[in-house]
Amino acid sequence: MTSKNSSDKPVGVIGAGSFGSAIANILARNTDVLLYSRKPEVVKQITESGTLQGQKLSDRIVATGNLQYLATQCDVIFPIVPSDNFPQMVDELSPFIKPYHILIHGTKGLFVAKEGWEADPEIKISKDDVYTMSRLIREKTLAVRVGCLAGPNLAKELADNQPAATVVASRFNEVIAEGQRLLRNERFQVYGSSDLVGIELTGVLKNVIAIAAGALSGMGYGENARSMLISRGLIEMIYVGHLLGADTKAFLGLAGIGDLVATCSSKYSRNFTVGERLGKGERIEEIMLSMDETAEGINTIRIIVHLLKEYHLRAPITESLNKVLNGDMTIEEALRFLMKSPFNIDFDFL
Amino acid sequence: MRKLLRTPQKIDTSRIFGPILVDNEVWPVVKMARNRKEFMERVIDESFMRLKNLRPGTNSLIDELELTRYNEKLRYKTNPWKVDPEDDFVFWNSVKSRLVDLETVDKSEKEKQADAILQDIISRYVHEITGNFKPSHYRLARRIIEFGFSRLLNASRIKGISALWKGNLTLQDKIHITGETEQIRKLAKIGTIVMVPTHFSNIDSILIGWAIHTLGLPPFIYGAGLNLFNTEIFAYFMNSLGAYKVDRRKKNLIYLESLRTYSSLAIRDGCHSLFFPGGTRSRSGRLETRLKLGLLGTAVEAQRINYQQNESGRQSKIFVVPVVINYNFVLEAPALIRDYLEQKGQERYYAEGDNYAKSGRILKFLVEFFTKGNNISVSIGRGLDLFGNYVNDEGMSIDHHGNRINTREYFMYKGEITADTQREVEYTRMLSEVIVKEYHRINRVQASHLVAFTAFQILRKKHNNLDFYSLLRLPVDEIEIEYGEFRKAFSRMRDRVIDLFNADKIDIAIHLIGEIDEVIDLGISNVGMYHTLRPLLKNQKGNIITQDMNNLYYYHNRTEGYDLEKFI
Repeated sequence: MTSKNSSDKPVGVIGAGSFGSAIANILARNTDVLLYSRKPEVVKQITESGTLQGQKLSDRIVATGNLQYLATQCDVIFPIVPSDNFPQMVDELSPFIKPYHILIHGTKGLFVAKEGWEADPEIKISKDDVYTMSRLIREKTLAVRVGCLAGPNLAKELADNQPAATVVASRFNEVIAEGQRLLRNERFQVYGSSDLVGIELTGVLKNVIAIAAGALSGMGYGENARSMLISRGLIEMIYVGHLLGADTKAFLGLAGIGDLVATCSSKYSRNFTVGERLGKGERIEEIMLSMDETAEGINTIRIIVHLLKEYHLRAPITESLNKVLNGDMTIEEALRFLMKSPFNIDFDFL
Repeated sequence: MRKLLRTPQKIDTSRIFGPILVDNEVWPVVKMARNRKEFMERVIDESFMRLKNLRPGTNSLIDELELTRYNEKLRYKTNPWKVDPEDDFVFWNSVKSRLVDLETVDKSEKEKQADAILQDIISRYVHEITGNFKPSHYRLARRIIEFGFSRLLNASRIKGISALWKGNLTLQDKIHITGETEQIRKLAKIGTIVMVPTHFSNIDSILIGWAIHTLGLPPFIYGAGLNLFNTEIFAYFMNSLGAYKVDRRKKNLIYLESLRTYSSLAIRDGCHSLFFPGGTRSRSGRLETRLKLGLLGTAVEAQRINYQQNESGRQSKIFVVPVVINYNFVLEAPALIRDYLEQKGQERYYAEGDNYAKSGRILKFLVEFFTKGNNISVSIGRGLDLFGNYVNDEGMSIDHHGNRINTREYFMYKGEITADTQREVEYTRMLSEVIVKEYHRINRVQASHLVAFTAFQILRKKHNNLDFYSLLRLPVDEIEIEYGEFRKAFSRMRDRVIDLFNADKIDIAIHLIGEIDEVIDLGISNVGMYHTLRPLLKNQKGNIITQDMNNLYYYHNRTEGYDLEKFI
């Protein structure tokens, strides 16, 4: 594993959740991988058994619990941790990051740089307070060559080595090229995009719609309802995306509509599953207790609703879901509300 | 008034900065001037290589030559300037016939001849661009400027022609240099400085030249608009101060590459340089928010090449120093804001004019500028590296945690420094964003700017049913702001500015911290004070009036971009 030649340095993956370990496995087809977990028992398990959550890990993956070691060993790092833990991870990683590092994250969440906003609706948040993960990396570390990974990449299917494609987005062509070189194989296609913020936001916002799609499914509705939701949902995503600085184009590609269709149809999506259980009448507190990984969409709904207040904009699907989460509306009431919604123009932004 | 959490800088006008190095023979800019011919040869050779890379095939090169010839013909036919060489027509006509001849020769001869034409065009451009810096002239020109202007200054202050010869006031009483003056002196000794000032007036380059000398720094090279060389007397000063010539009419690839190469090579040779990254003067009166990336990009590229060629030396580091110039009065303001409004209104094509063709006009301009009691401040910003990090006095880049950064690593890929044009374009864009932020941070708010901002925003709020152009067209004799109302709003604005100052997001002139009525009076009497139509006045009732909304808008714009209008 310790290589003298820099060209065969291992690639780092931070976060050994289901997506992180799936990406580590894909990378391991092309390169040695250092996989970081903050939990000693996970490091131990990988080291001893070479498996994680029943998934077999490649021999080329070595686990570590030491971020400094990972940062000094690797020039290229893929941080893939839930947005809740992302700021802390960046703070811990930051002292070891140098300007030569390339960071490509795979986290589909947002961060609000304002204390106490969750508890107090009076605290206003502006666009400037809402961070994508790449912005967090840029502001907290010396890394400049930053990118993200997004697309229809359900971890379970990736783990089964089913064919799939993803998008690596960065303002730097060399980051895209490096991502493609490291990830691409005969079953995994990698596209490039220079619209980093746009691609990040499509990945973030689609989770909201996935929860709604799950809810319709949980209530027992079929494909007409789902298609209605996906197309209306895409439009809502685009409007919110515009507010946060994304371009429409990103939403029409693989990371936008592609990922949206995948997550709105699959029981392997955590966000879809949360929605489905809401649709069946469970309360969010119960659902959260029984899940071992975060459904990013829940956080995103709260952030978007809080943000939109400041700009006097409406996002009916997101707002209704927020009311359901807060117990202010039942899921049936939310659906009735949406069906009566006066936003009846198909679309008007292209 | 809001409490100050830090102290605005007091200006010590008697401070004398000695030259940072006594022996000016060792300055790269002096060496470059001495070996002018050799330097030009290098620029020509490198430009040629670059252009051959950009247009690799003979046919694409010929297309480029054709296009250049066509554009040049258009230039000298439709927009000729006095400074243009007399043989323009002859030269480009010969290029034309040489291009025609290419049709008749075989392939290898074709390439050879096309290369020769390219070589000749580059050579012509490089000779035009190259400055005529003479160290002896520099000293003389500088003395004339200093002597002349301080005499004029004293004459106008003390009235009476006899004062011309015995005044006590110096330029430093009138032009205040503030900010990181000590740091720039240190950085100039250990690396190469790229100074990037805001651009509001044609006087800027002379003013900056004077400030650079006053700080004890060696001459900087800078690109001055070719139109300024139309005037013999001005040309003499420009040439003496280390200027090279930039012709904004020429937008063809061959010219732009020659210019970029000139700048890049000079920086690599260690010549301190000056760019106005906004491109032209700010038409609106706003601080620049979008910068031209071309010349700035040459600094990023020069840094990478320095690192590739030089293993250890700190001498090879390049420092970017933003500078903001603040005037109470910009002589060209009425014309600038008219241009701006016309352009904004109808996106009209704006021809870069030859406004300063006559020596008389430019002299009148200078005399007026320096005689009309107009205090100017030049704020020197903190040094940055090319990646937007601050550097300390030893020139080391420092991160948020206070740790040193090895800046070579910005160019590294797999442990090696690599050339990646797209990466450097991106770095340049990032740097330009940091420079814009720094402009806003070191912008020194004066009473005159804040009264203009307050008055305009009060009027905008009062007439919120009017669109922007109707607001500007309000009949001025109907505009009157009751003094009490103005005073309250001004006080709120000042509090907000102090909040920003406390948070290190803006700078303030010390006179802003005073008894409020006095500050307002100072502001009103200074803002655009010598325009025929004053932006602001007090009437007999003591209320605030204006004689020209456009001028008011121009001076108002200076404090835009801080969201102050929310607090009006």
